[in-house]
Amino acid sequence: MKSRRFVLTFPPEATGEPITYNLIRKFDIMVNIVKADVSPGQVGHLVMEMTAPSKILKEGMEYMKERNVECVPIDRTITYQKDLCVHCGACSAVCFAGALTMNRSTAELVFDAEKCVVCELCLTACPLKLFSIDLG
Amino acid sequence: MSRKRSIEEINEKIRKGRAVVLTAEQVAAMGREATPAEVAEKVDVVTTGTFGPMCSSGMFINFGHTDPPMRMEKITLNNVPVFGGIAAVDAYVGATETALPHDQYGGAHVIEELIAGKDVLLQATAKGTDCYPRTEVKTLINKATVNEMIMFNPRNAYQNYNVAVNSTSKMKFTYMGTLLPSFGNATFSTSGELSPLLNDPEMRTIGIGTRIFFGGTTGYVAWHGTQFNTGKPVNEHGVPIGNSATLALIGNAKEMSTRFIRAAYFEKYGVSIFVGVGIPIPVLDEEMAQRVMVRNSQIETNIIDYGSPGHDLLGRVNYESLFSGEITLNGKKIRTAPLSSVRVAREIAETLCREITAGRFMLTAPVEAFRKTTGLNSLEIRL
Repeated sequence: MKSRRFVLTFPPEATGEPITYNLIRKFDIMVNIVKADVSPGQVGHLVMEMTAPSKILKEGMEYMKERNVECVPIDRTITYQKDLCVHCGACSAVCFAGALTMNRSTAELVFDAEKCVVCELCLTACPLKLFSIDLG
Repeated sequence: MSRKRSIEEINEKIRKGRAVVLTAEQVAAMGREATPAEVAEKVDVVTTGTFGPMCSSGMFINFGHTDPPMRMEKITLNNVPVFGGIAAVDAYVGATETALPHDQYGGAHVIEELIAGKDVLLQATAKGTDCYPRTEVKTLINKATVNEMIMFNPRNAYQNYNVAVNSTSKMKFTYMGTLLPSFGNATFSTSGELSPLLNDPEMRTIGIGTRIFFGGTTGYVAWHGTQFNTGKPVNEHGVPIGNSATLALIGNAKEMSTRFIRAAYFEKYGVSIFVGVGIPIPVLDEEMAQRVMVRNSQIETNIIDYGSPGHDLLGRVNYESLFSGEITLNGKKIRTAPLSSVRVAREIAETLCREITAGRFMLTAPVEAFRKTTGLNSLEIRL
């Protein structure tokens, strides 16, 4: 079994088809949706983790490709220099995925890497330039 | 008759190690149960703190004379132009000045590196005079080699500040951080109930000469800050709504710490500097007690659309909501984020609390109170 995280980009014409449903039912891929932004008639984005044997995962990706759904694995991760952070919160302002949040009681920055979609907005939003991309 | 005490009486208690000192957060929490009279009875001093980007900052520096001497004219530090239009080897390092074309590095970074004790490249040219014959210099300086490093910030510690949102369909890059399109986020920049001027909104105890915590050392209020405005409307808790009073601060940068002075770069805006400021507020009477008990829910500010050319006013919100992580504007929920570090502001208030309790930091009465103002002048285009 292999778990990988992907960014799926749906063309406007594909949003009518239950792609995710089919991945589960037809391919038996375990799906965990991290973030979704899909509206009928528009380009949609889905960030999700897929867990399945490599062969099945490949078939699922092939199925999506046939339906013009772009499927890009997220192999990069975001890291930051925690010891230099002043906990100002500027990065949390742009983190729409909710990976960077401020803890209400400690007033400290909390980074939940599981929620990170590697949009890279924090790289420029941090006024101290403490974020970087780890290419793995 | 409620309890009244003078600053001299409070200082006497500090000297004897008997002063009761609390942070503004602690006294705000205490205020949920206690009355102003009870707080005035029990508490002598309340410490405040703020640590946010404060662009209007900089540092005077005196390099010392070369032999033969030089009247420096064009001066750079690590390729950042600094103002040399004062006496021979004096200069002013403006925090927001940048080393073009590398506009992500600026005066704030030079200041931080000097405070950290690092070497900085000084380059200067001059026309040469009879009394100052030297025409150029290139050398390394650091805080041990220069005579003075005097931080003088014309506008710090804003009493309240706007909340920034963006109504447009494009990302906006501002000094209030990156604003996502279509009201995707809202940013704000004060430490709320911990903020110095929000705990003494009428500045009864803060004025010219007030001793403060400044960048990790002792500093002083030099003057009212630029764009000082006491004419802003106040809410029912006596708190000004939106940006109002400011402070001009002075202190010895050689004694400061990079824990409380940090250079910053805001994307596609420019360089700024995080400055740590803490002010002790003496609880002189019940009225002051009422002021320092102020809670985030009682402090309000304006929501401004930084996407509109005129920076339109869209609404009003309190800090309790802002710190909750979400506000509602015209029925839409908007994620909020601070730009000013409450974590470090709290550390400043706690440090000041410890110093006063230990008898190492005495309170001062203002040498002179600030004047009241009615508003600000705009720059009229007259040509």
